[in-house]
Amino acid sequence: MSTLIAIIGLGILCLLLEIFDFRKAIIPISIIGLLAVLGLNISEFNSPEAYYNNMIIVSKFSTSFSALFIVLTIFLVALSHKFHENNQAHISDFIAIKLFLLAGAVAMVSFGNLAMFFLGIEVLSIALYVLASSDRKSIKSNEAGMKYFLMGSFASGIILFGICLIYGAMGTFDITEISELSYSAELPVWFPIGIILVFIGMLFKIAAVPFHFWAPDVYEGSPALTTALMSTLAKVVAIATLFKLLTAMNAEISAEFQTVIVIVSMASMTVGNIMALRQVNVKRMLAFSGVSHAGFMLMTLLITTNAAGTLLYYSSSYALAGIAAFSVILYVCYNKNNEDINNFHGLGKTNPLLAAILTGALLSMAGIPIFAGFFAKLFLFNQTIQAGYISLVIVAVINSIISIGYYFKLILAMYNKEPNEVRTATPFVIYAVAVIAIVLNIALGFFPSLVLDLLA
Amino acid sequence: MDNILNEIGIENYIFLAVILFSIGVCGVLYRRNAIIVFMSIEIMLNAVNLLFVAFSTYHQDTQGQIFVFFSMAVAAAEVAVGLAILVSIFKNMGTISIDKLKNLKG
Repeated sequence: MSTLIAIIGLGILCLLLEIFDFRKAIIPISIIGLLAVLGLNISEFNSPEAYYNNMIIVSKFSTSFSALFIVLTIFLVALSHKFHENNQAHISDFIAIKLFLLAGAVAMVSFGNLAMFFLGIEVLSIALYVLASSDRKSIKSNEAGMKYFLMGSFASGIILFGICLIYGAMGTFDITEISELSYSAELPVWFPIGIILVFIGMLFKIAAVPFHFWAPDVYEGSPALTTALMSTLAKVVAIATLFKLLTAMNAEISAEFQTVIVIVSMASMTVGNIMALRQVNVKRMLAFSGVSHAGFMLMTLLITTNAAGTLLYYSSSYALAGIAAFSVILYVCYNKNNEDINNFHGLGKTNPLLAAILTGALLSMAGIPIFAGFFAKLFLFNQTIQAGYISLVIVAVINSIISIGYYFKLILAMYNKEPNEVRTATPFVIYAVAVIAIVLNIALGFFPSLVLDLLA
Repeated sequence: MDNILNEIGIENYIFLAVILFSIGVCGVLYRRNAIIVFMSIEIMLNAVNLLFVAFSTYHQDTQGQIFVFFSMAVAAAEVAVGLAILVSIFKNMGTISIDKLKNLKG
């Protein structure tokens, strides 16, 4: 609870610093503040409690996911300095919006009442609409913002309708009461319809097939830093929230509903990977890769033992690899019109360190050993087989093999092609973020039990 | 209030809300003018607000009416952001037709 208040306070402090003309201090103060908030959040880990009539429930689940979100936000705030170099006058807006977005994200995983869930998802989405269209003069960014806005508010409408039907069936917004009532024998037919509508709305937000069509366009058109935010933070938040919603509200997931999840998961992986094979724009490729990873993460909804821990481990490894990859993309495509793959030609010769980091991040996403992505997939597949979904795991393994195809296309372009430009700039912050993210990723790979057993 | 709800029946409120919501969905899917699409999204949200109030009376519980305030405030904030995006699109392209937004493909 105090985490949420502290984050909002930090956001307001950012806006005040702008008024008092301390623009240069905004990024350092935000990072220090976020580190303090991280400590505050970890201190709440062992004291689960409900606040304000069950509006917010602080639990191990919510604190560990909040810690992941805060770490990701620290990386994204650190990258903002270089990215908004030519727009220093408005730096406080960008940072403050990111902090408020983080507040929405924390509210989304620690809600105890559907009202709080709705407010959290809207705070997150509205902040993302603004960030997606934040490059005002670029037609691409405008278009991305508009598409994201239309799809996002459409999905919010569907989620709201679902919440309304759940309320109509249960007469309460409190998820513990809903969970108790959902065991009773006779429920109005509105309750399952409401659950399905909320599920559909959340599939829009995590960009799973068949509701993924907005993702590639929006990821390509948005400014690169916003794309990094959407493909790491926003995706992880949405999937964690969907997990919490379904486990908290549904007494037990029925067999038909499990079939739906299996089909959505298989379709997301397959469509995402096959479409990614033919992309030349790296951001677009990572958007489809994100669609396929959403499919993998949906598998955790079917697991029976330690599902939350597996989800936390998979999403941390995916998000850290994403941050490392995007910080290299920010470096390579700085001041470029597009993010096509030919910008990466010869990066292995002109900047070996960053090329190695991007290679590591892509290998982690593909699931190659020593990186955390491999162990995440290993545990996920293992648990899914134990839950009895062998066909789903077979499809998932085939998809992992397909995904190597497009990840290696980028890696080969970096090492086998001749460089087409000279790269001399060595921005310290980008190096630091990329190195820390990939080191954390490898550390997760060596010590998986640190994260896996947190929620057991 | 309770008598009225008993005479009309909660089902009819649900049908009305579903019809309004579907009108909104059709508007979002088929209309090409961005302003009209925004209006359709508002119709969707307001259909839900109507149903919230009806359910609130049905259950004799005020939580539903409080939720309507939240969703109205959120809808206002959302549309404010949407209109801002629309203004910058109009400045750059000189049109607000959604059909013209076709620069991103692949």
